[in-house]
Amino acid sequence: MVKYFAKRFAMMLIALFMIVLITFVIMHSIPGGPFTSDRKVSEDVEKALNEKYNLDAPLYEQFFEYIGNLLKGDMGPSFKYTGKSVNDFIANGFPVSAKLGGITIIFVLIAAIPMGILAAIKNGRWQDMTVMAVATIGVTIPSFVIASVLIYTFSFRLDWLPTYGLDTWKGYILPVVALGGYSLSYLARLMRSSLLEVMGQDYIRTARAKGLTELKVITKHALRNALIPVITVLGPTVAGLMTGSFVIEKIFAIPGLGVHFVNSVSQRDYTTIMGVTVFYATFLLAMVFIVDIFYCLIDPRIKFE
Amino acid sequence: MEPVLTVKNLKTSFMTSNGEVQAVRGVSFQVEKGEILGIVGESGSGKSVTSMSILRLLADTAKIVDGEVIFGGNDLTKVTNRKMREIRGEKIAMIFQDPMSSLNPLIPVGEQVAEMIRVHHKELSKDELNEKVFELFGQVRIPEPEKRYKSYPHEFSGGMRQRVMIAMALANRPELLIADEPTTALDVTIQDQILKQLRALQKEYETSIIFITHDLGVVAELCERVIVMYGGLIMEEATIDDIFEHPKHPYTLGLLESIPAIDQEKANRLSPIPGSPPDMTKPPIGCPFAPRCPYARQICASECPEYVNINDTHRSMCWLLDPDAPADNNPFYSL
Ligand SMILES: Nc1ncnc2c1ncn2[C@@H]1O[C@H](COP(=O)(O)OP(=O)(O)O)[C@@H](O)[C@H]1O
Ligand SMILES: [Mg+2]
Repeated sequence: MVKYFAKRFAMMLIALFMIVLITFVIMHSIPGGPFTSDRKVSEDVEKALNEKYNLDAPLYEQFFEYIGNLLKGDMGPSFKYTGKSVNDFIANGFPVSAKLGGITIIFVLIAAIPMGILAAIKNGRWQDMTVMAVATIGVTIPSFVIASVLIYTFSFRLDWLPTYGLDTWKGYILPVVALGGYSLSYLARLMRSSLLEVMGQDYIRTARAKGLTELKVITKHALRNALIPVITVLGPTVAGLMTGSFVIEKIFAIPGLGVHFVNSVSQRDYTTIMGVTVFYATFLLAMVFIVDIFYCLIDPRIKFE
Repeated sequence: MEPVLTVKNLKTSFMTSNGEVQAVRGVSFQVEKGEILGIVGESGSGKSVTSMSILRLLADTAKIVDGEVIFGGNDLTKVTNRKMREIRGEKIAMIFQDPMSSLNPLIPVGEQVAEMIRVHHKELSKDELNEKVFELFGQVRIPEPEKRYKSYPHEFSGGMRQRVMIAMALANRPELLIADEPTTALDVTIQDQILKQLRALQKEYETSIIFITHDLGVVAELCERVIVMYGGLIMEEATIDDIFEHPKHPYTLGLLESIPAIDQEKANRLSPIPGSPPDMTKPPIGCPFAPRCPYARQICASECPEYVNINDTHRSMCWLLDPDAPADNNPFYSL
């Protein structure tokens, strides 16, 4: 088992390396650089800047220099904001995004799993219809529309909740709902279909044939089996929610990581793009890795080869 | 003596989007104390639906439309869910066809057997339960019971899993055991071992058994009496000797011809009856076997025959047994 996870870990590092390489190449192959902008910079200045940041060196040289620094934990200075490093951006932005994301995940799980269970148990009845209707809205309507509707209703009309900022606990409510809407709907549907499938399995019939109550059949035999697919998608979901959403952060004026990332792309801030991408990728792979471990704990059938 | 189980005119249907599937259309039989009753028939004859109707284990779409299932003085089609649960696993236990999928993959096998006992005997301590499970594992010849208790189903072969299922089914010494094709998914040598064990355990536990199979050869090894089902109806019912020596239904004749002989090659050992079973959304008005019957006449397709009693334990449903049936092309004709 240790060997299995060691192997998985090695593969994760290779994947990470490939991601860094590909991002690096693509980023540099797009025309334009960090110092080309509307405001005309004199040629001398641009040359000096390019020299300072070693942008004229061959690409492979730049790449290895970057990797070297990365291994030391240094993601370099921002090209756009003098005096700021990419490490600073992440250190400032990530905790904000992560806290919002963490709360969202807890909210999503607490709501989605019971919703899915209810819908499956009441298959075809009004409870199921209601859950499915809500879930369908959740996966089809984009988060910025949901956010706008929420702000209009709860801030402007009812004046219950603030429109922006995370200064009080009330500030979290709308961003959490808007951010988690999709995952909530997706997981509720997944939980429902997974439980429905499990309830039709032969071992559920065996459990009923023992004389167990329906409640015991569900709690002891069906739920654990039904949770397996849900756990599988949890890795990417958690990573996605915790690394921040540009749309939600922009709408609610949240100083998280998502806003930084999108700004850095439009400003060709090479080091920031690279840094945030590497950070995202690492985080995502780590989450998938952790979920894998969970998976092995819950399902004895996983073979370690 | 009172029969253990009496099924009277059982009719079970599935309400599907394509209409009503009349899976079982009026089945009556009895199971005597300590006997092994066989139910044979091709796939789709209604054997599983009949057996699962007894314990009310069918999907929500299924409905027992008519009939009675008398067990221990109660009609099981009418008892409360609570009463039904008290009977399941304690008084009537069941073994299913596919040992691969009948055990919960996430729970150790010993724990699954222990649960069967615990549901009905809450007073037992953990140690007493374990002791009982070890003993049961020993009886069904699972080697090293203590070690195997903690194994998961995927660590077992099909035969071993079916032994677990048998141990589970016998755990509470039920009055009736329903075994729905318990050996169909297993290879022949394992099948033989399991059948021998089942017979030995049946003697020891004095349990009555309904043994369902599509293989008359298996019935011959195990059962005293047999019911032949087709199209949701009982075609013929007789002692095992009568079925083999004096079969009185063309469908039974067909099944007898398709018994695999032990020494024959796998590829050509079966000569199945040509044709396929009827569509049960529109069950035939006449004899369901008529379209495939080599002896069928006009009346067979238009009207369902009554049962003819050949002796006290032998009945069959076929127009060839009618007093007015012609003599030519009639295998059952005798002066
Ligand atoms: N869940 C179900 N929904 C609809 N029809 C079913 C269902 N289960 C069984 N049937 C139908 O009932 C009939 C009898 O099935 P079954 O009792 O399983 O046959 P057997 O066990 O003899 O092979 C078949 O025609 C089958 O298609
Ligand atoms: Mg069957």
